[in-house]
Amino acid sequence: MASLCFYFQIHQPFRLKTKYSFFEIGNNHIYEDDSLNKSIFNKVSKNCYIPATKLILDLVEKFKGKFRVSFSISGAALEQFQQFDPSVLDLFKNLYQSGCAEFLAETYYHSLAFLFSPEEFRHQAEKHKKTITELFGENPVTFRNTELVYSNAIALEAKNMGFKNILAEGADKILRQLSADGNTSDNHSFPYKLYCPKGLPDMNLLLRNYRFSDDIAFRFSEKKWKEYPLTAEKYTKWLSDALSITQREIINLFMDYETFGEHHSSETGILKFLEDFVSAVINETDLEFIMPKEVSQKHKQSGEIDVPDNISWADKERDLSAWAGNSMQKSALNMIYKIEKNIKKLDDKDITHLWRRLQTSDHFYYMSTKGFQDGDVHKYFNYFTTPYDAYIVYCNVVNDLSELIKKRSLSP
Amino acid sequence: MKVLMLGWELPPVISGGLGTACKGIADSLAKNNIDLIFVIPTGRGGESALDSRIRVICADKYTPIEKYLKNFNEKYSEEFKSINFSDFSPYHTSYEGLSHETVEQNIIEKISSQKEYSILNFEGNYGRNLFEEVMKYRYIGKALGENESFEVIHAHDWMTYPAAICAKEASGKPLVVHVHSTEYDRSWSNPSKGIIDIEREGFDKADKIIAVSYYTKNIIVSEYGINPDKIDVVYNAVNKNTQFLRYQIRKSFDDKIVLFLGRITQQKGPEYFLEAAVKILNRMDNVRFVMSGSGDMFPKIVSKMAEYDIADKFHFTGFLSDTMVEKIFAMSDIYVMPSVSEPFGISPFEALLYDIPIVISKQSGASEILGNAPKVDFDNTDELAAVIINLLEDDMLREAVVSQCKEDMQNISWANSAARIIEIYNRLAII
Repeated sequence: MASLCFYFQIHQPFRLKTKYSFFEIGNNHIYEDDSLNKSIFNKVSKNCYIPATKLILDLVEKFKGKFRVSFSISGAALEQFQQFDPSVLDLFKNLYQSGCAEFLAETYYHSLAFLFSPEEFRHQAEKHKKTITELFGENPVTFRNTELVYSNAIALEAKNMGFKNILAEGADKILRQLSADGNTSDNHSFPYKLYCPKGLPDMNLLLRNYRFSDDIAFRFSEKKWKEYPLTAEKYTKWLSDALSITQREIINLFMDYETFGEHHSSETGILKFLEDFVSAVINETDLEFIMPKEVSQKHKQSGEIDVPDNISWADKERDLSAWAGNSMQKSALNMIYKIEKNIKKLDDKDITHLWRRLQTSDHFYYMSTKGFQDGDVHKYFNYFTTPYDAYIVYCNVVNDLSELIKKRSLSP
Repeated sequence: MKVLMLGWELPPVISGGLGTACKGIADSLAKNNIDLIFVIPTGRGGESALDSRIRVICADKYTPIEKYLKNFNEKYSEEFKSINFSDFSPYHTSYEGLSHETVEQNIIEKISSQKEYSILNFEGNYGRNLFEEVMKYRYIGKALGENESFEVIHAHDWMTYPAAICAKEASGKPLVVHVHSTEYDRSWSNPSKGIIDIEREGFDKADKIIAVSYYTKNIIVSEYGINPDKIDVVYNAVNKNTQFLRYQIRKSFDDKIVLFLGRITQQKGPEYFLEAAVKILNRMDNVRFVMSGSGDMFPKIVSKMAEYDIADKFHFTGFLSDTMVEKIFAMSDIYVMPSVSEPFGISPFEALLYDIPIVISKQSGASEILGNAPKVDFDNTDELAAVIINLLEDDMLREAVVSQCKEDMQNISWANSAARIIEIYNRLAII
């Protein structure tokens, strides 16, 4: 039986104060804009986290276990749940209790640490895993790296940490190595099977089907799209048709959870769409919803995927250019990882936590100078007026942190 | 004696140094018993707090102008066609989407929007409508020329020249044009032909030209072909009523601070400051560089700094309010003005008031006055770096530069400037 696998990403960064100026360096160690973070969190909670999770709880109950989903909630987001509205967290706990939700592991701070410090990466992944176990009771067996950044090396690291499954983007450039069976027209390949990372047959690799994922995540409310409006009936038929072709087994629908009510407001009918889609799949097709941890019971691997260079799910390039594409981003990343040694030597719990929060990928995303289509997406997520402002604030903050380390190291 | 003076802005709300210089001149003239009608396109609040001998007229509130505007729209649109906007470079370069600039603009817009009555609807800014407003400003020149009485017309920089020429034609009174900067200073690599034409016409029609330095006089002679005998040099001066915050400021790090403060535009040479910083950081560690200001080169300089990967030693403050300017001066140990072309350059004098040693480019009016200041060619970053390192490493030298330059500074004052300008008025009024 063919499967559909939903994974929703939940993440909220601790945004920095846009007014953290040069003059604050050495004087002010409060970097984050609490009131901004709180107001954004509450807005997204009201628009998405609360109504969408309630809906999923209802659907799980209504279909008696047939509807299943998975979430990855970054540590930064979990902290915000706890800080701003712990009742939202209870909804997710209820969902886990139903047995129909899986919680994945990722880097606690939603960071790019793997690229700069394997030691730091392991620490953050372990911390996240432990937090998920403590909060939900789940012992995560599936790993997804920040922004689906993936390579052979990351898969190996995840395996060494004991994970069984790993998620990645079904990027065109890695799917070209597959046999033609998954091909559709216009030169795109889509992943319809379960794979394994190169040389790691013990690991399952789930690849995101960007076409079907982005139909919901990006195009759903786009009035200029020729398929607008997207009905549950039409979308269900697309999926069911795509999976009716021989040897096709699975479609992975990976997207930001904020898709439901925040990126697309409730007025677009996105929640109703989700409800109708789930009903249509369960009542009218023989497709099955599964969670990543169940994938190996349902499907066999069909070959390995070689990913020597880093890929991600961002922008058209599907690479690291959204966070490390220009000189400001590279400079900022250098800055934060350059002080790792001093941070670890000082070994101050609060300062280390501050340092780790500054590794959150969003800080670097705000510095992106990409134009054109991707620039629109970048702008949507950016609360700074310009990438230059984002960079300067970030530098000021890291410079203050460096001064703080220097002072504490001299007089502990 | 009564003078009709045309300007573009007056403190407290200003976009550049022009307003400050104009106020210094007007105040000191008033102290020497000159009556002034000081005209600006629009009020932004607080301009009236000047000497009682100065009557400030905001063009957009000057009622007699109404009868001059009867055929305004018609004539106006024709004139428009003759202006080439494509090569137009505004006085104060603006750039899109950058917050420091936006903040500045917002303040100005906010104040402008409080206007309750307006005939001409001036922004009085240096933005996109600048050319249009310079042309509109001529109607006030004509109106004033016919309705007010005065002996001399005195106009500050190109935006006011067309209006001043109209006032001269209407009144028959002599015209002094005061050159605080030329288009070649502001945009040497890509000067606007439209602005140069306006400047040249002003120089031609003027009875006397005042340049703020010999450096500027030379440009007027060589680039505009004006007879040097027509040009007098009158230096600006610096307001010494600055509050000294130095003793109250605690720097939060031990490193010495080298400061650039000015618009981040081609004219001010920010990239030479950055290049010198890189060279200095290759040789020493206990120093930081601060670039204050905003401008169209801001993104480029920030990106370049990031490329050099010196963000732990090179900082940007954005555009600073007066209070913050005082603060950054008080925190700094060396002030650098690497301008590509600086008619006068008031900022090194301000730095000296904070006892900060200065390094300035030879291509500046300030270098004529500050004989004892270390000077380099703006693009010689090896030498600029070497001079800064010398100063950083030698406390005695820093003190010596400050005390000697402060002596040089004794030669300039607003009183001296006023005396020279009154001499010029008298000669013209007699003719």
